[in-house]
This record gives sequence, C-alpha cells and structure tokens, in this order.
Amino acid sequence: MSHQKSFQYADLLSVLERVVDIMSAPDQYSYPSVFIYGHRATGKSHVVLSIMKDLELPHASVDCVECVSSGLLFHQVLSAFFGPDAAALLPRCPSLSDFVRLYKQMSSNSPATQTRYIILDRAERMRDMDFSLLPALLRLQELVNDNVTVILLSEIVWEKFRPNTGCFEPLLFHFPDYSKGKSLVQILSWDHHPSYTPELYASYINILLGVFFSVCRDLRELRHLAVLNFSKFCEPLEKGEAKESDIHKLWKNIEPHLQRAMQTVYLREVSSVQWEQQQMDEKEATTLRVLSAHAHIELPYYSKFLLIAAYLASFNPARTDRRFFLKSHGKIRKTNFLKKHEKTSNHLLGPKPFPLDRLMAIFYSVVDSRVAPTASIFSQISSLVTLQLLSQVGHDDQLDSPKYKCSVSLDFILAISRCVCVCVRLLDLLALSLVIQSQVVRQERSLFTAVSNLHLL
Amino acid sequence: KCNLDEQKKLLSKTLKIKSCDGKNIGTYSTASLLALSIIDLCETFYCHLGVNVPDHAMTFRSLCNLLQDSVTPFVVSVHAKECAAVKLLIQKVLEQLMGRGVSVDEEQEDDTALLQRTQCTISALCQWYKTVTKKCTQVFPQRTESLTNSDLPQSLPVVVIFKDFEAFNSQVLQDFILICSRYTQELPFIFIFGIATSPSAIQHRLPHSVSSLLCIEVFHSLSCTQHLASVFDKLILNSQFPFKLSSRVIQVLVGIFLYHDFSVQNFVKGLQFSMLEHFKSQPLSMLCCQKQEALLSAKTLSKKNVERIRHLPSFMRYVETQEPQEQVQLLTNDEHVKEVCQQLLKNLHKYHKNYYPILQCLHSLTSSLPKFPLGKHIRELHVSCIEKNLWETEEYDSALQLLRILAKDELVAALRKCAEILKSTKILQNVLQQLEDFIGRLEALEEDSSGNGIISGKMEYQRTDLFQLQKTLLEKESRRTKRMNPFEVLRSQVIEFIDSLVREYLTPAELQPLNEVCYYNSSGVLRQRLNVTPRTSIQAALSHPFYYLQNESLKTDAGTISSAAPDLCIVYKLHLECGRLINLYDWLEAFLTVMSAAEDQDTNSEECGKYDSLKHARFIQAVSEMEFLGFIKSTKQKTDHVARLTWGGC
Repeated sequence: MSHQKSFQYADLLSVLERVVDIMSAPDQYSYPSVFIYGHRATGKSHVVLSIMKDLELPHASVDCVECVSSGLLFHQVLSAFFGPDAAALLPRCPSLSDFVRLYKQMSSNSPATQTRYIILDRAERMRDMDFSLLPALLRLQELVNDNVTVILLSEIVWEKFRPNTGCFEPLLFHFPDYSKGKSLVQILSWDHHPSYTPELYASYINILLGVFFSVCRDLRELRHLAVLNFSKFCEPLEKGEAKESDIHKLWKNIEPHLQRAMQTVYLREVSSVQWEQQQMDEKEATTLRVLSAHAHIELPYYSKFLLIAAYLASFNPARTDRRFFLKSHGKIRKTNFLKKHEKTSNHLLGPKPFPLDRLMAIFYSVVDSRVAPTASIFSQISSLVTLQLLSQVGHDDQLDSPKYKCSVSLDFILAISRCVCVCVRLLDLLALSLVIQSQVVRQERSLFTAVSNLHLL
Repeated sequence: KCNLDEQKKLLSKTLKIKSCDGKNIGTYSTASLLALSIIDLCETFYCHLGVNVPDHAMTFRSLCNLLQDSVTPFVVSVHAKECAAVKLLIQKVLEQLMGRGVSVDEEQEDDTALLQRTQCTISALCQWYKTVTKKCTQVFPQRTESLTNSDLPQSLPVVVIFKDFEAFNSQVLQDFILICSRYTQELPFIFIFGIATSPSAIQHRLPHSVSSLLCIEVFHSLSCTQHLASVFDKLILNSQFPFKLSSRVIQVLVGIFLYHDFSVQNFVKGLQFSMLEHFKSQPLSMLCCQKQEALLSAKTLSKKNVERIRHLPSFMRYVETQEPQEQVQLLTNDEHVKEVCQQLLKNLHKYHKNYYPILQCLHSLTSSLPKFPLGKHIRELHVSCIEKNLWETEEYDSALQLLRILAKDELVAALRKCAEILKSTKILQNVLQQLEDFIGRLEALEEDSSGNGIISGKMEYQRTDLFQLQKTLLEKESRRTKRMNPFEVLRSQVIEFIDSLVREYLTPAELQPLNEVCYYNSSGVLRQRLNVTPRTSIQAALSHPFYYLQNESLKTDAGTISSAAPDLCIVYKLHLECGRLINLYDWLEAFLTVMSAAEDQDTNSEECGKYDSLKHARFIQAVSEMEFLGFIKSTKQKTDHVARLTWGGC
C-alpha cells in the first residue's frame, strides 16, 4: 500500500485528523500515551509508521511479540533513540529502573528537540510481561522527564488492558472496520490492472467480495485473493468470448472458480503458485488432488487398532466396557442401563481420560488375533502421543498408570476403522457404541451450523 | 569378514534410496524459490512423511546436505524437544547459523565474538546476514556470479527445518512465524515442516491469522511401502548377494514392518541382524559367499565340516535320492562329498540366477490380474515360491485360469514386459528366444485375423467383461462343442510354456540341497530378538528363576514356591495371590512361612513363628525391588497396604 492511498480511506479521515493533530506540534510536550485499537489489517501500524516517516519524527518501533523479555524492549528503544552504544550500557538483565536511569542520562546529554515516539505493536502481549511495565510505560514522560510519547497498537480494547491497581489513562483511538459497500471496494480497486478499465476491476471486486466477504474481512487476504484470481476473470476477455460490458457472463465464468478457491487457497492447503498451476489443468483433476491431500494418513496396522481402542475408551463410559467387549456379558436391564447424565452426550462433553490398562484391555478385545504385549506396541502408543492423535493427561513423568485422551474426531475414526475392519465384529462394536452417540452428534452438528450462520450474520 | 562388507553395501544402498527421495524434494524447492507472491510472506513447504519416525532423521539429514550443496549454505534444522519457548528456538537458529557462517578461518573468531555480544534476536540475525552475504560476494565472486545466472542473486534464503511439526508447541511456532514475518523484506525465510500425519495438521496447530502469513506447498515423500519394495528389490530379490532369507524370516520382518513401525530403517537393521546371526550360528556359512570363493572353500573343507554337511537335512534328502552305491560313497568318502558339494553349490548359484528373472516375469504377468490371486507385491509371490511348490496351490490355478482368458493385446503386452526383464538379465537366452517367438506368432495372428470380422468382434467382447467371459468359456469347455480358433490355441500354448517355466525354475528353495548354507531360517530367534516383550520376560524370570539362572535346585513344579529361589521371586509369587490391595503384614508372614519351610524339620516350632531382623530386612528389600520394577506402589487408601499395579487381582 502506498502512502497516498492510506489517506483516502473515507472512514479513517476523522481519526487521522485527530492523530495528526497530536503530532503537529513536535516542539511542545505531547500527550504521554496514546492507545490505538482496531481489527487486523485496518491500517493501524501502517498509518502510524507512515506518519512518522513522512513527518520525519524520531521514533522507536517495537513488536511486542518479539520481546520475549522486557530487556529486549528496553534495548530496542534505547538503540533507536541514542544509538547502539547507549543500548550496550544496559546491564545483563535490565530492570525498569535501569532503563529509566539510562534514558534520563542519555536524554540529558541530547535533550529532545521534538517529541520522541515509542510505538509498541501488538501491545496485547504486554499483559503477559512484568505487571509493572505497562503502567510505567503509560507515564514514561513523567518518569524520564523528557518529551516522549508511547503509542500502543492493539487489536483488543483498552478495557482488557487496565490493570487492577489503576493507571494513567491513555488517549484512545479506534480504527473502524472497513464497510463492505464503500471502503473495501474503493481500497481494493486501487491496485487495478493497467490494461483494463477501473470500472471492470471494480465490478470484479464486487463479485469477489460477494463470495469472500462472508468468511474473510482481512484486507490483506482479500487483496491477495483478488490478484490471484484476476487472470481467470479476464480469460474470456482475452479469448474474445466476452466484452467488458458482459458482466453477467463474466460472473458466471468466475463464480464456481471462486467457490473452489475459497475451499483451497483460503485454507492454505495449496500455495498460490500451485493454485495457478492447477488452473492450467482440468477442473476435475484439481478437485480430486485436493481431496486426496486432505484425508489420508498412514499408520501401522496395530496403531490403527490402538487408536480405535483409545477412541472407544475415551467416549464410552467405563461401566459399559463389560457389555461391549465381553462376549458373555451378564444380563443388564435395558431401561436403566445408562444413567441419565450419561445419556445426554459423550461427544458434547469431549474425550475423557482413561488409564493405560483400560486401553490395552479394549485393544486386546478389538484385535482379532493374539498379540504379544511387545515393546513396540507400547512405543506405538507414545508415537501416537507425539503425533498428537492421543494426548497424555497429567504430567509427563508420571510413570505408573499414565492416563491418555483420544484427540481425534469421529469421522477420522470411522475412516480408519473402515480401512482396517475386515472383521464384522469390530464394526458392530463401533456401531453399538456409537448408536447411542450418533443422535447427539447430529444435534451437535446442527448446532455448529447454526452458530456459524449466526456468526456470518 | 564377509558380512561386514555386505553391511556396508546394505547401508550405502539404503542411503542411495533415501537420497534419491530427498533429491525430489530438493529440486522442487529450488524450482519454487523463484515464486513469490504479494502477501505470502514466508515460503513454507510441508514434507508430508509417514509415521516411520526412525526414518525421518535420515531423510532430513540427506535433505539438509542437499540443500546446503545446491541451494543455500544457511540451513537450520530444529527439533521440538530443544525448543520449548520462542527464546530457545531463536537461540537455536542463531547458534546454528552464526556458528557455521562462512567456512573461512579468520571469520570464525569474530563470529563467535559477535554471538556473545549481540542479543538473541532476529534483528541481530539480520545484521549478521547482511555482513555475511556481503562477505560472500567478496570471497566467492565466481559463486555468486553463477548464482546470478541461474537464480535470484542476492537472496540466499535462510532455511529452517522443523523436523517434527506435530510435537512443537503451537504458541512457540505462532510467535516465531510472526516475528520472522516482520523481517522477510531483509531476510528471506523458508520453513520446512516435517509433518507425519496429514497436511490438515497445519490448520489444527496454527490459527488463520498466522497461517495466512505463509505460502504453503505440500510435498509427499514416497510411502513407506514403496520404500520397502525398493529395498526388497535391491537386497533380497537379487542374486548378487549370497545371503538369503527363508520365507518364515521374511514374514517375521515384513510383519514387524507392517504391523508395528512402518520403518524401513528398522527393517534393514533386522536384515543385518539376521545376517550376523546366520554367520554366527551356522558354521557352514563359510560357504555363503561369491561363487568362486565358495568353490575354493568347498575344496578345502575340514573333516568336521564335511560331517556337518552330511547332517544337513537337505543333503540327507539328496543322498536318499541317489543310487545305493553312490549313497555309500557319499556317506564314507570325504573327498567325494567335497566334489559333490562343489557341484551342488554350482547348482545352487545357477538356481538363484534363474530364479529371480522368472519370478519377476511371473509377477509382471499376474500383478495385473483382478483380485491379485498371487499377491499384489512381489514379496508375497517370493515368499510363497520359496516356501512350497507354487504350482500346487489353488491361487496359482486361479491365476492361470485368469491368464487363459486374457485378450490378445493384453497378453502381448505382458509377454513384452517379460521379454524386457529377461533381456536385461542376459541369461536364459533360450527362454527369451521362445518368448519372442510367441510374441511374433501372436502378432502375425493379428494380421490374419484383422480381416476376419467375427473374431475381431469377439475380441472386443472379451475386453469388456472378464467375468462373463470366464463363465461362458467354462461352459464351452465343458460342452466341448466349439472348435478353438488359432488365437486360443496359441494362447493355451503360451500359458503351458509359462507353466513349464514356473515348474522348472521356481522350485522352492527349501528343497534345494545345501540351501542351509545360504538361507537363514530361525525365525523364532529373530522374533524373540526384534520383537521383544519385556514384561513377559520379567514375569518369566520371576516366576521361573530356573529359566535364566540355570540352577538345578531352582527347578520346581508349577504351583509350588521353592524356598531356594531368590527373595524377589518368592515375594512376587506370593503377591500374585493377592487382590488389588496387599496387606504388608500378611505378606511378610507368608514370606516367613516359605523361608522357614526348609528349616522346618530341624527347628522347633517356637522359633518358627518369630521373625528375625535379617529375614525382615530381606523382605523389605524384596518389596522395594518389586516397587522399583513397577509391580506395586504405596497407597494412602489403607495403612500398611500397598496397591498392585498389574492385572490379575482376584
């Protein structure tokens, strides 16, 4: 994004005016701290940094993700203002007072002729650092007695930052989201292709937003998608099959293509380069390849059974084991077989931990042949844990009777058992134990779709 | 002596396989370096590997070397274990990069000094990268020139390989990617994630805000079964190596592979182990080497070894088939045995030479049949061939049955493949001759029949539905009404020819005289060694101490507890009789009873009930050993009780 464009965001103008207002008198003391928040890709850091660059203000820009310790933050600030030599004077594990002392010393040597700015990007990470750091930075101007302003950029509102003990209230700014109608189309239309008219590109952007706006509002992502799919959009024009005015025809051509793009490119299953290559190929082939990349997982024979056993152990109550896995189980009264709370849902409650013994017992009853309890069977369990198909509950170094949870979904297990199951008995088992849960699963799914629909609205 | 060489060969072979697999990935990555899109910040490759964890290290090592040789000197590979926090991860990356740097000596010193002075941040890395690339252009002008010609000039990328993506803490990865994305303008990063499960793992581990920073390409490594097939081709189905595996041993090794670990490396290790075991346990394995050496050493067999040969079951079988006079000669005359032995060895080598090409031919013929009557993979065919007479099995019959109804073009294509296999081996020339003759006749037939509309129409029908055709053909055969046309006559000739080949060359190896020299067949030992069962062996040691200690006094009947056994065994046997919670005092009492059972006769009954402190101490030691072995643990549920950790409580 070039600098000029950013000043034409209609929604931002009022905010921008105020921000620039603050910075317009560099020789006077400025407000000690400013807090700017807005969603991803609303142009917070871009605006601030380009103002800094254009007005040639002295500033230190720090990304808080990078600062694994507060020492790094101090180091970067000092080296930006007073050069790396000053930063080297910091002791090994600098405290806040070290920083303030050194800053004072340095600023007395070279007092600020204009306001210095410390820009802290992704400031939400500050909350995980030392609890005194944030309040101190908010009134850094008082502490160091210098013309310095701290600008915090964040995706989270200020209320979530405010410490319990109270602190200096910074000046708040909100960068609003782009609205679908005006600003997004306007912004996206900036990078139109030189060989086509801006009107055509604008209509293309409208089509694109119609497909993608429901799932993605990230400007950067949308720009990427726009550039990626534009060549496909122009294909009929280049072939001479349609004119620029045939918007409907162009729409018919691009719409299914964009739908497919939403399934693959947006999820980053294929890279943009691969996607462009696949566009050259036939459509059928691409869909097939994407699908095959999706589901397949290779596991040794017994690992599959271990995983199935783990799933059964995780989602069936332990009381029912006798009924499911013993051939001659005792008679159980059907009416009161499951307690009421067990009937509600096992899938909604999520996997339950189970001890190793139970896993092995179910495993032996599920596998048809006799399996010796070899070391490799047990090492398969731990390799399933490293693959994150199982997860160990409790601490790693608990040697006696470790507990596990199964962390794969029902569909995954069904796929695995479909390719393993030669024996009907296992299928029966799965069916038996899942019949109770299937209804719940269906409810759960409809719930999910409802929730996601709500989210889109 | 011999086996060491072969082990080296084995290793180099497997390395070759691995590296060719790595090469694919390498070439891909160089190709896609050129591509950079607008907002995709870090380029990322997923190498989707199988779950054969031991093999990964090797693949990554070769990939690493390959990248360093062909793409960039800046390659870092990190393990999840070393990187529990972002700080550690960055530190690891910096250490590996800056420690390596440019391999010119005087720079080495200030590099290490640099590392001490600067802090562990990516911006420090950026500075370092700038200086190093500058140096690079100064030190190796010719190298960068060559790069400018082919690739992007100044941007030697920094490659970070995450060996085990699944095991990484996702927060650490997210932070690292976010940090790196800030520096992509100055520092071109390429990440390689090694993913063992499926590419969708990335969606599970990283939120979209992070994964959208990546430009992802997916590469799949060869599946492990394909790896196994290539190892099989090169090492087992090869007449160059004199060392062979019997069918049982192959089944054990393949079973471990398929059922347990999917690891080619472990498979090769099993192979090496069986080789060591063979040369160690079988004295006649001195004859298991190349043909000339084998003949030489057969000439100079010692008397002991001649006697050993006479006791080989396969040799005894051979003797029985000979004339009575010859039998006497073989059993008494050592020199004669040596001569016969040479002849037999020659036969064995010849058998192997002929066996493998014919096996491959048969496989190529049958592998395209529906339902794979003789197995999908050549290893299955191999196992059934060396185990028993193949032509006596039902599967073989059904395979021939299916071959008899092949259409002409399929048959010709299959025969062509066979001819190619035979051509490449340069033996069995007469078989090749016959095959080519058949092919020629079949093709000549085509020219004739092309004029004949009825027959060609019939051909098309054959191609459409094999099952229907099989049925109708069987009916026809039973009625014997229709005369066969010339193609069918020829086809049955071809099948008979193949059948005769199978009967001649694919005789089971276990019937060959002197096969024990080359074939390792103690599958039980192998299973015991490779597929260990620690728990059962501990239980065996504790319940039958005689098994390991080999002390006559420890031999006992099944149910009884001998007082001569070690304390631990007594305590173990006593604890088997208890439930989930064990009362320590009762246990001690039982222990003392067993201990004093031997002395019971001579001592008076008063002393019997009392325990002296020595026995008490021995009991406590045994119990703590039990705890150490993981059979019991202390519990707070009940005082003076311990909990049992194994099954089998009442």
